[in-house]
Amino acid sequence: MLLNIKDLHVSIDGKEILRGLNLGVNEGEIHAIMGPNGTGKSTLAAAITGRDGYEITKGTIEYKGKIINDMEPDERANLGIFLSFQYPVEIPGVSMTNFIRTAVNSQREYRGEEPLTASAFLKKLDEKKKLVEIHSKLTNRSVNEGFSGGEKKKNEIFQMAMLEPNLAILDETDSGLDIDALKVVAKGVNALSSPENGFVIITHYQRLLDYIIPDFVHVIYDGRIVKSGGKGLALELEERGYDWIKEQFDN
Amino acid sequence: MDNEKNMNKVLDEVTSGEYKYGFFTDIETETAPKGLTEDTIRFISAKKNEPEWMLEYRLKAYKHWLKLEEPKWAHVKYPKINFEEIIFYAAPKKKKQLDSLDEVDPELLDTFNKLGISLDEQKMLAGVAVDAVIDSVSVKTTFQETLSKHGIIFCSISDAVQNHPDLVKKYLGSVVPHTDNYFAALNAAVFSDGSFCYIPKGVRCPIELSTYFRINAANTGQFERTLLIADDDSYVSYLEGCTAPQRDENQLHAAVVEIVALENAEVKYSTVQNWYPGNKEGKGGIYNFVTKRGACRGNSSKISWTQVETGSAVTWKYPSCLLLGDNSIGEFYSVAVTNNYQQADTGTKMIHIGKNTKSTIISKGISAGFSNNSYRGLVRVSKKAENSRNFSQCDSLLLGDKCGAHTFPYIKTANNSSIVEHEATTSKISEDQLFYCQQRGIDMEKAIGLIVNGYAKEVLNKLPMEFAVEAQKLLAITLEGSVG
Repeated sequence: MLLNIKDLHVSIDGKEILRGLNLGVNEGEIHAIMGPNGTGKSTLAAAITGRDGYEITKGTIEYKGKIINDMEPDERANLGIFLSFQYPVEIPGVSMTNFIRTAVNSQREYRGEEPLTASAFLKKLDEKKKLVEIHSKLTNRSVNEGFSGGEKKKNEIFQMAMLEPNLAILDETDSGLDIDALKVVAKGVNALSSPENGFVIITHYQRLLDYIIPDFVHVIYDGRIVKSGGKGLALELEERGYDWIKEQFDN
Repeated sequence: MDNEKNMNKVLDEVTSGEYKYGFFTDIETETAPKGLTEDTIRFISAKKNEPEWMLEYRLKAYKHWLKLEEPKWAHVKYPKINFEEIIFYAAPKKKKQLDSLDEVDPELLDTFNKLGISLDEQKMLAGVAVDAVIDSVSVKTTFQETLSKHGIIFCSISDAVQNHPDLVKKYLGSVVPHTDNYFAALNAAVFSDGSFCYIPKGVRCPIELSTYFRINAANTGQFERTLLIADDDSYVSYLEGCTAPQRDENQLHAAVVEIVALENAEVKYSTVQNWYPGNKEGKGGIYNFVTKRGACRGNSSKISWTQVETGSAVTWKYPSCLLLGDNSIGEFYSVAVTNNYQQADTGTKMIHIGKNTKSTIISKGISAGFSNNSYRGLVRVSKKAENSRNFSQCDSLLLGDKCGAHTFPYIKTANNSSIVEHEATTSKISEDQLFYCQQRGIDMEKAIGLIVNGYAKEVLNKLPMEFAVEAQKLLAITLEGSVG
């Protein structure tokens, strides 16, 4: 199993957000995580990627057979875990090209590979830029600085394409995107999708799932997965909203 | 909060590195007796075989210096300097010559490699005999030939005193008079050597002038004097220093740099300073008390200072511009990094006297460890300087929670038609930025280097290309802790 989360409890500043979450993702699977706001979706993404301040009080996160509860975020990334951020941060003065090159070569170094030559890197850069339909100008600008909302999200998918992770977590990558940008995101995910790679797609709406067909749909409520199903569940949620789930669960 | 504590812990580790290479023992030849008296000055002047007028200038400066008090206004603390203990003349200091790079401290070589310094240059910097290196010698010769073809004079200031006395007499002390301040007076009295450069009328110097290429430039000593004159319609870009770690055992450095730009002339002066900053506990290290000033004497002249300061235990330095000519322009771009117990009080003065004069100040301070980093700047617009403009931006970046960043801007305007703008920010490296980098597989140290370089980019971009690349690496290394 690629990712195996068992009885995960996570607190922020002593407040428990996740309360016994279980989730298993096999290689080649796409899992959609849905649920009302404030139920722990982003906390799950932060816990898997090792963000500071998200304290695991109980349970385990296992990735490729290894418990990664205490692993540094950069090591997790180097092992192939990627997060498409809900709110990508700006890094003034650092060009996107320089940033992604540093990242690609850091990951190569971790794997004991030589850094990419300038020409090999540029070739890859061009290829992936075409895939996610981003302009050359964007990669010459500082990381996320002055990017529009849509550009920021596309830029996340671009980085994913460059880094070719095994486990990609998309944290509300679709929110605020128009249909065209949504298709680009889907194209990026589908291009990376393979029997070796898994996806966790956190979303509030089902419309992204028109373009990325999930194998499983889970609903998070109150820090736990309370309902799982196939693609049909997403459609049902779209139609009926979350209230029936809340009612079911609260009772 | 917990995560803040963690971040500070990591920042502590990352920024608490030491200057890791050892010093080499110098073989000293002739030295003056310790301490400073009139006799010391006569001794220095005689050693250098100076003409009478030069000796008189030195003595005048010395007598003035005796009346002055050491300045106390800078935001730095250091034990009182005992001038009785200083050897004011020890030249020519020959570094112990090594036969090959194999004899050089591997740590030092490692740093050179990280900085991407060429092999020949490495040999020169590490004190390996370079006479045998044909390339290096021929480069120097070609270099001198190119310059003389254009009528450019570029030599040591001692040579200039002997060979170009009229120029030296006319301009020495004309921008920084011997009465200017305590350390300038001291320098005028005892300066050991330095560079002299004259660009004739209408000449654009075709190459970046670097002290590295000046023959006999290896040892300028602790009281360096630089005089740079750009005649009408000329242009020169001058590089001082080197990104490689400087081996130096002099504790006190009091240099003076004077620049004169005549009608329509332009001077770019870039410095990278990486002297010994002292150890992790703040012991040792160089006191760098420098007076740098340029006078835009001609109309439409321009002087631009760019500095990257990463070394020295205590830095006291304000490269300034006197904007005398109408439409003249002064610029100051600075990155100052302090780590461990380093202290820097640096900034600039822009004095607007001519009409329609313009100045720009971009200062980026980065403080880490227990260090203190101050920006001190003065913008003065005189009554006559109508329609003048200044824009100042002073940013401070803090790494960790035990360091300090301070800004002391002084603005004095005496007319109503001028515009003076000042912007200042203080920020910390955000945890969001670090996590974003880490999530891409970039470790904390590299992430800090990346973010800091991005922060300083506006200034680094002003450096000549090759210098800029080295300076970027230097910033990362300084904070990584592999070399001070």
